[in-house]
Amino acid sequence: MVVNPWDEYSIEEAIRLKEKHGGKVTALSTGPENTREALKQALAIGVDEAILISDEALKASDALATSYTLAKAIQKMGDVDVVVFGKQAIDGDTGLVPGMVARRLGWPALTYTAAITELDAGGKTVKLERLLEEGRQVVSSRLPAVISVVKEINEPRYPSFMGIRKAAKAQIPVWSAADLSLEGDRVGAAGSAVAWPEIYSPPPREGSVEILKGTPQEVAVQLADRLIADKVI
Amino acid sequence: MMANRIWVYLDQFKGRALPASWEAMGVAKSLASAGGESLTAVIFGAGVEGLANEAFSYGAEEVLLADDPSLAEFRPEPYGALLAKLAVEGKPDVILVPASTRGRDLTAIAAVDLETGVIPDAIRLERKDGALHVTRPVYAGKLLSTVVSTDRRPQIISLRSRAFARPEPEAGWTGTVKRVAPAIAENEIVTKVLDYAVSEGQVSLSDASIIVSGGRGVSNNPSLTPPPEIKDEKEKEIWRAHQGFELVRQLAHALGAAVGASRAAVDAGYIPYANQVGQTGKTVSPDLYIACGISGAIQHQAGMRNSKLIVAINKDAEAPIFNLARYGIVGDLYQYLPALTAEFRKRLGK
Repeated sequence: MVVNPWDEYSIEEAIRLKEKHGGKVTALSTGPENTREALKQALAIGVDEAILISDEALKASDALATSYTLAKAIQKMGDVDVVVFGKQAIDGDTGLVPGMVARRLGWPALTYTAAITELDAGGKTVKLERLLEEGRQVVSSRLPAVISVVKEINEPRYPSFMGIRKAAKAQIPVWSAADLSLEGDRVGAAGSAVAWPEIYSPPPREGSVEILKGTPQEVAVQLADRLIADKVI
Repeated sequence: MMANRIWVYLDQFKGRALPASWEAMGVAKSLASAGGESLTAVIFGAGVEGLANEAFSYGAEEVLLADDPSLAEFRPEPYGALLAKLAVEGKPDVILVPASTRGRDLTAIAAVDLETGVIPDAIRLERKDGALHVTRPVYAGKLLSTVVSTDRRPQIISLRSRAFARPEPEAGWTGTVKRVAPAIAENEIVTKVLDYAVSEGQVSLSDASIIVSGGRGVSNNPSLTPPPEIKDEKEKEIWRAHQGFELVRQLAHALGAAVGASRAAVDAGYIPYANQVGQTGKTVSPDLYIACGISGAIQHQAGMRNSKLIVAINKDAEAPIFNLARYGIVGDLYQYLPALTAEFRKRLGK
């Protein structure tokens, strides 16, 4: 079990926010017992503490059920100003959980963030740039907030030697469904609105490559002929 | 009992509907006509009445229109809350949404309000025994998954851009426009959009029918001599890469294409992250993908393997990109790209 690659950016950004504005960074994850390894990695990179939410009852949770679990955990933690998420998980790739958690908490959803330009923890305001299809959008909003980040936001640091030693010794508390007072019909398969009965490999691409040969001009003519015949230009 | 309504949320930017919005209308129309269901288009924005007529021409029978200054810019909370409120009243069975960044936020918020599910990034949709079976890529496109909704309704499904055919509009059709009010007042919305730095004149990667991408190989021209004021080796490399990407851009311009890049090129600082195609960048499915100086690592393939036709230009005949390509050019892109640009300009008159 490793940290989801997209979450390396959220861990880094959370640590940078702490370095700049003070406070404490907690890594929170939900999954089976071996998720602990990913949380140790987060501790080695530099978060202050980690909490694992793990329970048989949470198995097969979809984004809707996962967001319920995470929102309850964030509420239990109490005094949280910012929740930083990676853009999406590297398996399901849904990218839905940040927005859903924000909605459950009643906090603004600030997704696809490429830069946090201002953060005023006292005044509870934040200004940031979001990366959308059409370009960069500058928004201001209120804290507490849920922020999901894209790769452009930072360059994640590596675990330090001291960090690895600290992580090895760290205790990671485990919160169960009962600890969070989760309702049984809102988590796991029963609490999920979608199911994915089948996962399979995509069919291989058919045909093999035709290598075009000749001078650049000759190759250009050949390629243009073919692409026009194939109706792609 | 099966509800009998299909809704399509039309994603728009500055009053113009995304092509993926009409692709969703096409999917909805064929579902609705096969199942005898009604088809409603949902339009939110400011000054977007004109989109209603467009929606009718793509097959909508009814339009739910919220036209209000507070909806001028997409924001997750007012848009998501309004869609959920309308769905509680109108009880659609299915809501189709383009899988854009806005679509993702919208569906997340609305789904929580409705306590229902979202199936994002559909690339195929089939109805079997009354249930919708949705195919979507997982593990960054390396695998596919079939997803079904449990008994919760509505089923919210977002559709990946260019995965479905874009229908032709038919003039002369009309329907009913039902005007609706926003769900949240401006003074209760905490997020404010201050500015928009739109990349003018650039084709969006996810909508592009042709993409020309550059990789690490674009900096690989030793015969180019950087100006003497550039002393640093890294800066020399970036200078060379910029000359290479200029050739990529010229070819893209000749083809009316968007410019993409591999992770290696982005990480080396040749081109911004917004252009990155692949596992940690954008997933694209153009008709034509031209990979220039890209070796084709599995992470890059994950983002572009669904392109209809792939052309690869690479010095290394063993590069994995040639396994995906229909046409290959083994050689120096500095020689071949200008020849291709000139030929396409001639043929296409651009």
